[in-house]
Amino acid sequence: MAYNLKEVVSTKPARFTSGHRMCAGCGAPPVVRHIMRALKPEDHAVVGVATGCLEVSSFIYPYTSWTDSYIHTAFECTGATISGVEAAYVSMKKQGKLPKDGETKFIAFGGDGGTYDIGLQSLSGAMERHHDMVYVCYDNGAYMNTGIQRSSATPKFADTTTSPAGTVIPGKAQERKDLTKVMVGHHLPYVAQTLAMNNFADLYQKAEKAIYTEGPCFLNVMAPCPRGWGYPTEDLMKINKLAADTCYWPLYEVVNGVYHITYKPAKKLPIEEFLRPQKRFKHMFKPGNEWMIQEFQRIVDERWDELLKLEEVTNRD
Amino acid sequence: MSIRERLSGNEATATAMKQINPDVVAAFPITPSTEIPQYFSTFVDNGLVDTEFVAVESEHSAMSACIGAEAAGARAMTATSANGLSLMWEMIYIASSLRLPIVLSLVNRAVSGPLNIHNDHSDAMGVRDAGWIMLFSENNQEAYDNTLMAHRIAENKDVMLPLMVCQDGFITSHSIENIELVEDDKVKEFVGEYHPEHYLLNKKEPIAVGPLDLQSYLFEHKAAQAEAMKNAKQVILDVAKDFEKMTGRKYGLFEEYKLDDAEIAIVCMNSTAGTTKFVVDKLRNQGIKAGLLKVRVFRPFPVDEIANSLSHLKAIAILDKADSLNAAGGALFADVTSAMYVNNKNVPAVNYVYGIGGRDTKSDDIEKVYNDLLEIVKTGKVENPYRYLGLRREGDK
Repeated sequence: MAYNLKEVVSTKPARFTSGHRMCAGCGAPPVVRHIMRALKPEDHAVVGVATGCLEVSSFIYPYTSWTDSYIHTAFECTGATISGVEAAYVSMKKQGKLPKDGETKFIAFGGDGGTYDIGLQSLSGAMERHHDMVYVCYDNGAYMNTGIQRSSATPKFADTTTSPAGTVIPGKAQERKDLTKVMVGHHLPYVAQTLAMNNFADLYQKAEKAIYTEGPCFLNVMAPCPRGWGYPTEDLMKINKLAADTCYWPLYEVVNGVYHITYKPAKKLPIEEFLRPQKRFKHMFKPGNEWMIQEFQRIVDERWDELLKLEEVTNRD
Repeated sequence: MSIRERLSGNEATATAMKQINPDVVAAFPITPSTEIPQYFSTFVDNGLVDTEFVAVESEHSAMSACIGAEAAGARAMTATSANGLSLMWEMIYIASSLRLPIVLSLVNRAVSGPLNIHNDHSDAMGVRDAGWIMLFSENNQEAYDNTLMAHRIAENKDVMLPLMVCQDGFITSHSIENIELVEDDKVKEFVGEYHPEHYLLNKKEPIAVGPLDLQSYLFEHKAAQAEAMKNAKQVILDVAKDFEKMTGRKYGLFEEYKLDDAEIAIVCMNSTAGTTKFVVDKLRNQGIKAGLLKVRVFRPFPVDEIANSLSHLKAIAILDKADSLNAAGGALFADVTSAMYVNNKNVPAVNYVYGIGGRDTKSDDIEKVYNDLLEIVKTGKVENPYRYLGLRREGDK
């Protein structure tokens, strides 16, 4: 059945409800709500969330925005925490300690700090041990919860509070880690990169596949942050679309090692289109800093070309 | 009929775990506790238990996975030592604050640095205020028995706290001794099934665990944890009574060895108590009224009971197998003397930090402590309450 946003929203009640305290214009809540909607209504889920914006804003005692079972333990161990829950499920189900009917699904959410950096070991372990779970990284490219510090997901030149655009060093000096590829290296049944655009179709379909593919699956979802990136709150969806159209954030999936690019822009836009609306890149547009934009474009082009090649190579007979 | 066996402390612990048959074990190798997950995974792979064994990539993940499993509604167990516990430290606090009755076998070893794999109690002392019930074991039999009693204590509705069973690395964990095992069916009946009130996998009642808990609530939640720790004391005694009915082996909050009529006594934990009993017997033969108080339940700390038990003595030595590096003595010393003070019991007390990094503590060393106590009784003076035992000084050979 073809995806239809109106139908999804009208037939599936939100499992991540309103009343949370995420910022206006934050990319994470619509992403989380839509991923949760990809669950079958009859299935129960246990959600794990790493310490971060999503966690401190969605379960402030005694209120929660989650209608499914939920657990937060600490920053760096959501992969391990959910793997423990899943192991309990497998064990108790096998012993007849849980009802036979219905399924429980296991979904972990972490920001880029809790996933690319401090939580990488825990995530890697959980994936390698092949727990039946989905790990979702909502990547806003910095430690936003603590006040916009650089992470290994922060793009080169971005102005953050620990990589400020100074007079000697112009923002973050290093390129961003390609976590999606790191997860592909774990030989998982399903790895995908996506964001919210075009009525959330790509996001929803990938979430559905990840949740209902047996074994460990990983979704990397770009989720812009108005405070950290410096864009007007109402422009969230525009920023998302520009990330896809400039190929800064390619939309693709890797199914058992085979790459499929799920969105190829008809016209690949120059990277300035994505950079210009964001204050974190403002210094790149000062006269004399053209080299930064060129360098950024080079990185985007190299990574996009590599992806096209991977798609080609892995789809050969 | 109980089963007579010869097992090391690690084997005894793994055997107890097999008989308990927990739903999940998540563990990571570290000397000297490594054998516990090793033995246990052979039980798993040979189909002797129903457990899911999660071979995690670190101790931090071991405790995280135990928290996830226990919150999910399962019985979860793990084992570790020293730096493994240090790496778990963050999650140790989270486990107790979430009121999850996880059971951990702690095979005591020196915490780095520098690196040392041998026994002392610095690992346990590093988590003494983390909200875990802490039981210490003199030998393999006690490590086994304490493990069998652990879930009944931890899972009690008035308690709901995690529990660690401590034993001395190598000295107990790797020494093969005679042991009496309880039959499988009796253990099963004694430990019982775990039926948590609220758990993640109950889809009829979705719950949220681990909130952001701010100024309006955290204080009350921590106070509730403290209350549960107080409740644990009676539960530990009740469970010990049932255990005695099953096995004939009697356990209290601590063991008094020839303490009733003693004039001088040592307070210590774990395997040193065995050496001390030997010395007490020797001194008794010489007409010296020596005694021992061996702490079994270190958390909750039996403040009044210990103070009363020591109140008649003329001098006491408290032995700490971990230095607090605070210029004010070890942790057990601070707890015992504080207990005495608040109970208005004034007995001269002296502290010995000993056995650090596996330094052997011989009967001669223990005898020296009793001789020092005799000197204190004679002079009525404690020259320096913060002492070392078995420390090589400059110029010593």
